[in-house]
Amino acid sequence: MRARVFVTLKPSVFDPQGKTIADALHSLGYGGVEDVRQGKYFELDLATTEAAQARTLAAEVADKLLANPVIESYRIEVE
Amino acid sequence: MIDPKVLERHGLKPDEYDRIVAFMGRDPNLTELGIFSVMWSEHCSYKSSRVHLKTLPTGGPQVLQGPGENAGAVDIGEGLAAVFKIESHNHPSFIEPYQGAATGVGGIIRDIFTMGARPIALLNSLRFGSLEEPATRRILEGVVAGIAGYGNSIGIPTVGGEIAFEPSYAGNPLVNVFCLGIAKATDIIKGVAEGAGNAVYYVGAKTGRDGIHGATMASAEFDDKSAEKRPAVQVGDPFMEKLLLEACLEVMKTDTLIGIQDMGAAGLTCSTTEMGSRGGAGVEIDVALVPQRETGMTPYEIMLSESQERMLLVVKPGREAEVERIFEKWDLHASRIGKVTTDGLLRVKENGMVVAEIPNRALTDEAPVYERPMSKPEYLAEVQKLDLDALGARDARLRDDNAALLALLGSPAIGSKRWVYRQYDHMVRTNTVNMPGMGAGVVRIKDTDRALAMSVDGNGRYCYLDPRRGAMLAVAEAARNVACAGAKPLAATNCLNFGNPERPGIMWQFGQAVDGIGEACRALDTPITGGNVSLYNETDGQSIYPTPVIGVVGLLEHADRVVSRCFRSAGDAIVLLGEGRGELGGSEYLKVAHGLVQGGPPSLDLKAERALQDLLVELASARLMRSAHDCSDGGLAVTLAECTFDTGGIGADVAIDDVKVAGSADTNRAAALFGESASRVVVSVVPDAAAGVLKRAKAAGVPARVIGQTGGHDLRIAVGGHVAVAVAVSDAERVWSSAVEHYFAKQVA
Amino acid sequence: MKFGIVVFPGSNCDHDAYHATKHVLGQDAEFLWHKDTDLKGADVLMLPGGFSYGDYLRTGAIARFSPIMREVQSFAAKGGPVLGICNGFQILLEAGLIPGAMLRNRGVKFVCQQVHLRVEQTDTPFTCAARKGQVLKMPIAHGEGNYFAEPAVIAKLEANRQVIFRYVTAAGEVTDEANPNGSLAGIAGLCNEARNVVGLMPHPERACESALGSADGLVILESAVQSIKSGVLVARA
Repeated sequence: MRARVFVTLKPSVFDPQGKTIADALHSLGYGGVEDVRQGKYFELDLATTEAAQARTLAAEVADKLLANPVIESYRIEVE
Repeated sequence: MIDPKVLERHGLKPDEYDRIVAFMGRDPNLTELGIFSVMWSEHCSYKSSRVHLKTLPTGGPQVLQGPGENAGAVDIGEGLAAVFKIESHNHPSFIEPYQGAATGVGGIIRDIFTMGARPIALLNSLRFGSLEEPATRRILEGVVAGIAGYGNSIGIPTVGGEIAFEPSYAGNPLVNVFCLGIAKATDIIKGVAEGAGNAVYYVGAKTGRDGIHGATMASAEFDDKSAEKRPAVQVGDPFMEKLLLEACLEVMKTDTLIGIQDMGAAGLTCSTTEMGSRGGAGVEIDVALVPQRETGMTPYEIMLSESQERMLLVVKPGREAEVERIFEKWDLHASRIGKVTTDGLLRVKENGMVVAEIPNRALTDEAPVYERPMSKPEYLAEVQKLDLDALGARDARLRDDNAALLALLGSPAIGSKRWVYRQYDHMVRTNTVNMPGMGAGVVRIKDTDRALAMSVDGNGRYCYLDPRRGAMLAVAEAARNVACAGAKPLAATNCLNFGNPERPGIMWQFGQAVDGIGEACRALDTPITGGNVSLYNETDGQSIYPTPVIGVVGLLEHADRVVSRCFRSAGDAIVLLGEGRGELGGSEYLKVAHGLVQGGPPSLDLKAERALQDLLVELASARLMRSAHDCSDGGLAVTLAECTFDTGGIGADVAIDDVKVAGSADTNRAAALFGESASRVVVSVVPDAAAGVLKRAKAAGVPARVIGQTGGHDLRIAVGGHVAVAVAVSDAERVWSSAVEHYFAKQVA
Repeated sequence: MKFGIVVFPGSNCDHDAYHATKHVLGQDAEFLWHKDTDLKGADVLMLPGGFSYGDYLRTGAIARFSPIMREVQSFAAKGGPVLGICNGFQILLEAGLIPGAMLRNRGVKFVCQQVHLRVEQTDTPFTCAARKGQVLKMPIAHGEGNYFAEPAVIAKLEANRQVIFRYVTAAGEVTDEANPNGSLAGIAGLCNEARNVVGLMPHPERACESALGSADGLVILESAVQSIKSGVLVARA
């Protein structure tokens, strides 16, 4: 079963990389892109075939390692 | 019968194919063809350059290892050796700047530690088009980030380098990376396979499909389809390489290895066949035993893959377990993939079945050697003409010599590169004694009193105007930078960046440059210990300037006598060593003020240059120089200005002679200020020592004069008795500091 | 007394820390491999700079789970002095020994340059030989030194006097220009509540010999020696 974990910076955290990307897009003419925030995307190949178990495991893994709770939050998708 | 399209894709010519058939006694299969194609590529075989490289001086009592191994080595005393080389990664850096540059750094670092030396310093020589172009800025940013990303992560300081900007490099940036390491002279390990039955091990990253045909790509020009070639660029993993480095150095201490080589261009193919060749042995491997990170890889793909961070080892019989254990400690897995044989063949098996079999010598020693035709290009006659009386008015913005000096200082070519080297960790390992921007990079050697100075230098524009003299000047400048730091130049490495060698004009440039390097290296006693050739640096038929880049390494017997470019206090005497002849040919000034690349590069008297360098080493050893900085781009005025920067505002007041090279007084004055005559160094000394310095210079046959003194907050230069330059140091420094930075300045809140 | 220098896969400044403590300071020093759990009788632990695990995922995120970190945690819990430098500081943050986290420098790029720090508090094992307000010159070399914590956490750190070093000008003033990476409140170094664990982004071990640019970093290592030798580990304010 595959779980996808999307890790993003908490809204209060300044994102210099996101800002740099937004500036670059503006200089390429994409004024319509008002803001960019950069995050991380993980694909976990899990042994379990049960969606609930996959979700729990992914959350545990995200809590323990994939996301830093001081600055990041996450959400999970299971397929 | 071979399909000509298959041959072309492999970068082989029909006559080369016939040679292969003659060697094999049959048609090669596809895997064998692939193996030949990479080993006979320009990048691996040096087929166009070998006959010329053979003429270079490579010997000397200080040389422990000359060309032919993964890197060169020189004796630096106290039982130690400096192991160093320079290499290019030009074509990949155009296609994918970050990874191209990063993997270039990774590759040269491996070449050093595979010899048993711990890498302690990096330098780089970069060339780009004009910073006015967004595309150039993108490439520069990517290249610098890639070098920083890799070098910083693996913890080896980048202590210096050079960056040049010429439209000539717009479509073909040059990324040359130099690395130096230290080893016990007796512990240098070679890349050799010997001893029938000895185990051949593979350690490092798993093999994937990256970079297949990277070697052939490096031997091809770019055209519109270059974008499709993107998959041929590898992704570097500096963490893996750090583990490999530490593990290999630990293994080497145990004396369990016969030989070791890194897998660089042409990956597994090159390392197996070269090690076999050097040992006069054969190497047999089974690709099924090669760790793979993708599924369904064919022997062809496995043999040609250029996945990074992989090493090939030959282990002494009975010591295999020890080797495996050390690698396990570092969470690396050393896999036995084959053995050494006596039949001199490279034999590739897949699950026990032979899929390729080629005599090692056919791939290495017997690779084609070409004596390509050379003929002096037609452009030279026109471009070498320079009539200083017919120059016309200089750029209107340069109202006076002050403005001209500021324009030069503010040009990216000459301006401060701090924006770049601040991204490199230049202090890790706590050995860096001269920081980037101070002249030659200097690192001390712990547990000794010694230090090593190193510099990489080149000038494509000079070589375009006169390849032989331009190349000589490159050697002279690199060695001079090293001597200015107080170190005696010991040896050199070269990176030869040229266009398409199948064009007689380019080949002529190459031959001339190699001649020039040879003559200069002999005169300065800096034998070539190894290097790299990068050809086919052309896009749509437009070649780069011929650009030999020379790296010189020198020894300071006492690290505390190191000298840098900065004035140290007010009231010091300023001595000019050498003589200016007002030579404006090929100069930065001519380009900036008149938009011309014209004339001949400055003359070079190698005997005078040698005398100057010997004198510098002597003066440093006697602690007589407070600072030393040589004249190059922009001439004496720029040199003097640079001596006042990073000093907290110590100015200078000097008077120099006028020169008579033209009818116009303005031109003569400009020639005196900005002419790039060679073999000149600006030295500052305590006033009491000036007479002694002049005396030593006279004894050495080096022209020397006190031209002024340090002090005040301005830079004042009088030419022929009249003040020509009077600028506040702070103004000049501000312009110089932001020269490159302002192209990239973005205040992120 | 003995310095224990932890070595993680990818640590680079371990040798620099060893050289500074053993050869410059003249103390006993030993490397502690990350897979071991024996602290070899070290009196002071150092987590050195570098790129542990390549900085992959997040700086220090993987190193914090190394076997030796359990020992480091209990050593710290017992009041043992622990100094985290650069990547070492990042590991302390990820391990929760000091609150907060590091973000990418606000200029996005890696920066290697000399900076000035002001010593804010002298009641830690790594600042007891310094003067309050003393300005030290030493280099930084990092891409992720931009300290972040929620406002409530920052307020608590300030109230508790847990800010140990701040980025300042050569004259000792906290200005935005003197802040090389955007760290909140110009924070260059912090300590834990118990004041025995200190982390800082700049490299004192690179500032122990004037030939290399500054010897101001020595006082931080000398403080450790002093605090062990005097037997008074931490003066609780």
